This record gives sequence, structure tokens and C-alpha cells, in this order.
Amino acid sequence: MSLLEVLRTAVFALRGNWLRSALTSLGVIIGIAAVIVMVSVGQGTRSEIDKLVSGLGSNRLDIMPNTRRAAGGVRMSASSFYTLTSRDAEAIREEIPEVQYVGGVLRGNTQVVFAENNWAAGWQGVQPDWFELESWGLALGEGFESRDYGGSTKAVILGETVRRELFGEEDPVGQSIRLGRVPFTVAGVLEPKGQGGWGQDQDDVVLVPLETARRRLMGAMGLPPGAVQQIAVGVTRAEDLDYVQEQIEALLRQRHAIQPGAEDDFRVRNIAEIVATRTQTTRLMSLLLAAVATISLVVGGIGIMNIMLVSVTERIREIGLRMAVGAGPSDIRRQFLAEAMLISLIGGALGIAIGVVGALLVGRFGALPVVVDLKVVGLAAGFSVATGLFFGYYPARKASQLDPIEALRQQ
Amino acid sequence: MSRAAVVDSRAAVIETHALGKVYSPGTEAEVVALRGVDLCIRHGEFVAIMGPSGSGKSTLMNLLGCLDTPTAGRYLCNGVDVATLDAEQLAVLRRDTIGFVFQGFNLLPRMTALENVAMPMAYTGIAGAERVERARQALESVGLGSRESHRPSELSGGQQQRVAIARALINRAPVLLADEPTGALDSRTGEEILALFRQLRDSGHTVVLITHDAEVAAHADRTYVMHDGELHLEGASA
Repeated sequence: MSLLEVLRTAVFALRGNWLRSALTSLGVIIGIAAVIVMVSVGQGTRSEIDKLVSGLGSNRLDIMPNTRRAAGGVRMSASSFYTLTSRDAEAIREEIPEVQYVGGVLRGNTQVVFAENNWAAGWQGVQPDWFELESWGLALGEGFESRDYGGSTKAVILGETVRRELFGEEDPVGQSIRLGRVPFTVAGVLEPKGQGGWGQDQDDVVLVPLETARRRLMGAMGLPPGAVQQIAVGVTRAEDLDYVQEQIEALLRQRHAIQPGAEDDFRVRNIAEIVATRTQTTRLMSLLLAAVATISLVVGGIGIMNIMLVSVTERIREIGLRMAVGAGPSDIRRQFLAEAMLISLIGGALGIAIGVVGALLVGRFGALPVVVDLKVVGLAAGFSVATGLFFGYYPARKASQLDPIEALRQQ
Repeated sequence: MSRAAVVDSRAAVIETHALGKVYSPGTEAEVVALRGVDLCIRHGEFVAIMGPSGSGKSTLMNLLGCLDTPTAGRYLCNGVDVATLDAEQLAVLRRDTIGFVFQGFNLLPRMTALENVAMPMAYTGIAGAERVERARQALESVGLGSRESHRPSELSGGQQQRVAIARALINRAPVLLADEPTGALDSRTGEEILALFRQLRDSGHTVVLITHDAEVAAHADRTYVMHDGELHLEGASA
């Protein structure tokens, strides 16, 4: 019997009981849909983490103030937010030899104005190592000179988005723009970087030297002297990450005079930690879906087996007749296996459709990142074939082992 | 398979030597259904095997139809010793050698007459277009050319049996094995079916008719009688 013939016979047999066949495939539909959503969410998370890791680098540590919130949300003085200083950054560079790059950062938002164009952008006050820490180079211009870091000049580097919004086709280098009310000279443009791991536009930024930022952009906010909001640290070798983290913690505790047992006023975050938090949020969801997928596929498979066993019993005379006219055991086995696989394949196809739509909806309206690719669809198709094959084999074998004499005698 | 008519009409198509069948041998439920059956049916013969129920005639029919294998003796079906075959090979032998006609017709209810007739060709390598053509011819040869798209429920008993006979002929098997083919029909329709068998015999088919009815058996060229698992030739009737 040719494959086409087997398929046609299977379609004919299933059409005779189409409602039953449809209900039987329901379990597979749900199972496969769950597989698709699960894998899509898993892949979405992984690709987001990959982006994050490649964006930040795996030998990077970030030190931030540990902001203790007072009960009732009482606003605390600025100095309790700014526990880190440029001197902490210098100390880290000097005391810990495994550290390659150190850079303190200040951040804020401002209105960027050029001629009649203006654009709201985030600014970052940076130190020379910033470009290495972020592995981010310039597309245009020379960048900051060393004297710019002294705080007396007013140079600025634009992100690609800001350049486009303000200058369009025009060459921005050397032009004068204003950040708020302070005039700056454009010293360069960053390479375009695109979306970050959290979906934000990384190019919507302007850079100014840290000292300049402190004097010109944050001056009114009464910062503690030398304060920074964050210190980024690049470690020479990724293996030293944990060791360096301990060293930094010890050093800062000592510098900030934190008593043993007291809470730190800073927090060191490494990339592994960020990845772990991200992974955790999706792991539960994935686990849940995996459970749903497994249970549905097993239940769906058992449903298929059940219906196929019923079908074998119902059609015992047909089996006997087919054997009498020349069907061998292998023909009968193939026929019933084809029917089981057809049920699970149809279920699989519908499940794939529902799963893809479901995954896209989760990506759209849920907070989870989703990547639907062809591999997932292939995987799901494979699962549905496997389900049909596994659960269809026993009934098919049972049918093929019937004694034609007995089968023909049945009513 | 070659057409039955062109085969040497003197060659035996069914030949048994001391054929025996014992069910559940060596246990208390042991039943000797068949003992020492010698039978030789040549191409183009119309033979009836008669006997009351329990005489072993169903067992003999199952053996002759290659649905079962003997426990003793030899059965050469179209020259092939069935004892040497496995289930798959037996199926191929049935397909190419035996056309079954049952008392209850055994048509598949959801298929049209044409589809029922064509069904056995699914297990051959015959191409789709040729199948339809052959099924049409077979239906015409049993006088049902105009009923090809009818379902079994839309046909009379006699017509259903004709469809079943067309199905039995479709793979050009040389032997038609009919088990009480008139049992579910009224006597006039039964006569028509038996006349069709004679016609098929005349065109070169071998017909083996199993029945308990002496009147039906009388249509055959030769009648054997089964009794307690033994087979005896009755006085030749033609």
C-alpha cells in the first residue's frame, strides 16, 4: 500500500467519525500550543539575556548606592542617595590590581537644543574608561580630550538618536548645542547601538565628562562633593569577578566606615545576578507551561490510544475482511498507525497555529519577551508526530495481530 | 496474476494431502476438526463442500482460504505449500489466489459499490486510474454497471452479493471461495447468484462453494460431504 493510499484510507476512516476525531485531537492541540508558548518565552528570555550580557560584558561589576527607604516613603536627604564618590572609584583602581577599568557615572535628563530643534534626552556624566566599560566607540569626531575631563570645558558626545533628531543630514561635530541652558560643543557621535536588553533605545543619550556634568548639569541639586550615582568596574579576567567583588565590598566598607553587621550603604551587582533575576521571572512560567504541555500531550496521547482501541474493536470485521482480501499484518498496522498519527498531526497543526498566536499575544500584552522561530514549530510538529506514533502503536499492533477468522466471525 | 482462463485447465489449483487440523492440541479442550482430508480441485471446476455445522467444513474453508494453517498434512494452494508461509506471505497468497464471498456480504457500509469492489486493489501495486477501470468492468460483469455509486444500504441483498462477488474477482484470483453465499438471500435471488457462479465457472474460474444445503450444492459439478472432520465424495451430479 502506497503512502498516499494509506493516508487516503486514514482520512476516509477519520471523516466517518469526524467529531470524535476532533475531540480526540484536543489534548494534542493544547499540548502543542503549550509547547510553542513555552519554548517561545524561553527563547525570548534567552535572547534578551544574551543581548544584556553582550551589552554589558561578562567581566563587569556595577556598584550602586544601597538606598534605604524610610517608612512611609519619607523623602530622604540627597546625601543618603549619593553614598558613592569619585574617590571611591579612584581607591578601587589603586587598591585592587585585578581591576582594569573604573568609571563613575552621573545621570539625568535634559532638553537638548540645536537651532530650532530640540529633543528630550538622558545625559550621562562619564569618565575616560566609560568607552571601554561599555565597549562603545565613536562614529564621528574625536571625542573628549583629556582636558575635557577636568571640568572646565563644555564638550558633549551625542548618541545616534539625538544626532538624527537635532542635525538630520548636517555634520554635528564642532556645532554648538545647549543642554538645558548651558551651551556645549559637539565633540563626537557614538556608534549606533540600537535597542538594549530591556527594549529601550540606547542611542537616545548624550555624554558629557563627569566633572562637567557635576558642575554644569547637577550644580543646583546640592550633591555631596565628588558624588557619583554609580561606579562601573571592568575586571581584567572574568574568572576574578567574584574575588574582585569581595575586594570591592571590603574596601568600600572600610572607606565608608561600616561596622561589622551593619547594612552596607552600597550594593555591588554583577552580570550573573542580573541574568539570574531575569531568568527567574520566566522560569516559573516555563515550568508551568512545560507541565501543561507534558500533561496535555500524555493525556492527549492516551485519548488517541483509547479512541484507536475503540476503533479497532468497532471495525474488527473490516479488519478481518481486509485481511481476507489480501492485507497483511503490516498493512493493517500501517493503516491504524496512520490514523493515530493523522489525529495527532491535525492536532499538532492546530496547536501550532494557536500556540504561535498565543505566544505573540504573550509577547504583545504580557511582560515577557517572546521569540517565535521555525525551530519551535519544527519541534512542536516533531512532538505531535511522536505522540501519535507512541500512543498509536499499541492499538495498531493489536489490530494487526487479529486472527482474520475470529475477526470475520465478530458481529 | 495471469487470468484464470489461460491457465492449463487440468492443473490442480487446490490440492490437499492427508490434511488435518487439531485445535488446542495436548489439552483437555483438544478438538480434532479435520482428519486426513485429500482433496484435489482443478482449474475451472465448480465444487461444493457440504456438511452440517460442526462437521469441520468451516475449518476446511479457513484452511483452503489460507486464513489458517493445517496441523497435519499438506496443502498446496496454486502449487504453494502454505505451511512454509508466514502471516504476510499468506496475505499475499490470499490476495493473488483466493476471492472470498461471504454469507453476510461483508461490504464496507461507508463505501460505494465501486469503492467496495476496488478496495482489495489497495494492497496491490495497481495504479489508481486502472483500479477504477477494473472495478467498473468487474461490476458490469456481475450485471451492476449502473449501480456503481450506490452504497450497500441502497442495494438489495442479491445486488450486495453481486458486489461482493465482483470484489472477489477484482484481483483476478483463480479461486472463488464462497461460504454459504445464498444463506442470506431468498431462494430466487439465491438461484441467480448460483447461476452467476456457473457462468464464472464457464469463463474459467474455479468455484468452491461451502454450504449445508443439498439443493444449493446440487448446482456444483461435484459435491463433497464433510462428516466428523472427514471428507467424502458424493455421487457426481454433473
